Amino acid sequence: MKVIEIQGDPDDFLSGQIALVDADGIRKETRLDIVDRWPDLGDYLIIHAGFAIHTLDPQEAETNIRLMREMAEKVEAAEAVEQRT
Amino acid sequence: MKYLDEFRDQTLAEPLLKELRRSVTKPFRVMEVCGTHTMSIFRSGLRTLLPEEIELISGPGCPVCVTSASHIDAILAMAELQNTRIALFGDLFRVPGSNGLSLANASSQGAKVDIVYSPMDSLNLARKYPEELIVFLGVGFETTTPGIAATILAAKNSALDNFAVFSTHKTMPPPLLALLDDPELQIDGLLCPGHVSSIIGAGAYQPLADTYKLACVVGGFEPADILQALILMARQIANGEARVENAYTRAVRWEENSRAQQMVRAIFKTADMEWRGLGVIPESGLAIREEYSHYDAERRLNIKLTPATEPKGCRCGEILKGKEVPSQCPLYGKRCTPGNPVGPCMVSSEGTCAAFFKYTQ
Repeated sequence: MKVIEIQGDPDDFLSGQIALVDADGIRKETRLDIVDRWPDLGDYLIIHAGFAIHTLDPQEAETNIRLMREMAEKVEAAEAVEQRT
Repeated sequence: MKYLDEFRDQTLAEPLLKELRRSVTKPFRVMEVCGTHTMSIFRSGLRTLLPEEIELISGPGCPVCVTSASHIDAILAMAELQNTRIALFGDLFRVPGSNGLSLANASSQGAKVDIVYSPMDSLNLARKYPEELIVFLGVGFETTTPGIAATILAAKNSALDNFAVFSTHKTMPPPLLALLDDPELQIDGLLCPGHVSSIIGAGAYQPLADTYKLACVVGGFEPADILQALILMARQIANGEARVENAYTRAVRWEENSRAQQMVRAIFKTADMEWRGLGVIPESGLAIREEYSHYDAERRLNIKLTPATEPKGCRCGEILKGKEVPSQCPLYGKRCTPGNPVGPCMVSSEGTCAAFFKYTQ
């Protein structure tokens, strides 16, 4: 879910560490007490039972998808070659 | 939803499935440790699509399933106490204790039981019902524990007095070590849990790879994630390798989530823990530290765990150890169904029996 607002101080557990997140127009608050990396606006969060546990770097997710697509394309290209021979 | 649909995309999954078939050179047995993997593999239909050389075995990664009958009995005893309200994640609501009754039964007979989405919600209950002690049931693995630790800290910081946690928290590598010491369980690879690994880091599985010569691959929960993990595993096995690889890099790093782990270590300490089907495993659980004993329901309510018998005929223990499949249980699909569960593996949405029943009946 995409971070659209952040409250609190990452070094102060008493500061009310909360992010407002959005997914397809649905917005809700999630706690940031235990997230691995304090997020920036626009980052994505993996949430478990009301707590963000991981800040997802959009670039990393896109790299992940691209690598899988490349693998898929290589398989399809190899099959095309096999069919021609 | 961005970064979710992409990993369910059939145009991505189909070529990955083909690549997996190419990568498999000999039969191998994989234990999927996590209940969420079990459900995802069934729900997506992967179980029927995978190459027949791959045998999947469900492991002990459903937290409700591995909660011992004696812990369930203690929970039911707490629910009967005056001025006590139980707050819990929904999966535990219908798990029967040794007398066959569950929190659902207790609730219908007047016990105060609230299902919550987050442990933080139980602090709202504490404010709403100041005359009652709110007992949150701490059932889960590494992914769940940090949030509960943060909730205890929040209760202390806001001087909320009427809140406590009943901790049956468990940690993941110890039961795997116990299982792998069993010569009857012969597996070649572990599909390691995604979100637990977000907290403990992929490096936590290195001793398993080294000691037991297992291919350990951390995988996410969408079909493409699981296929990618199995491809890496098949390649390792084909090459005679046994190491830890991370196929879920968008959520898991090699190192632990230190913010979460510091929170856990501040509130909890390791303790021996009883697991359903596996018995007591040394230092496989987490107990609340003395400094926070005011938030420890076991101490505050003086709860004594008593040995409890498993439901007669129930094979959940053997299923959790990966030694049997649900259809080998004499109760499965007869006396034990999702509508009338006898054992925990049929209750939890992540339970092996519930998954088998839902997707193979």
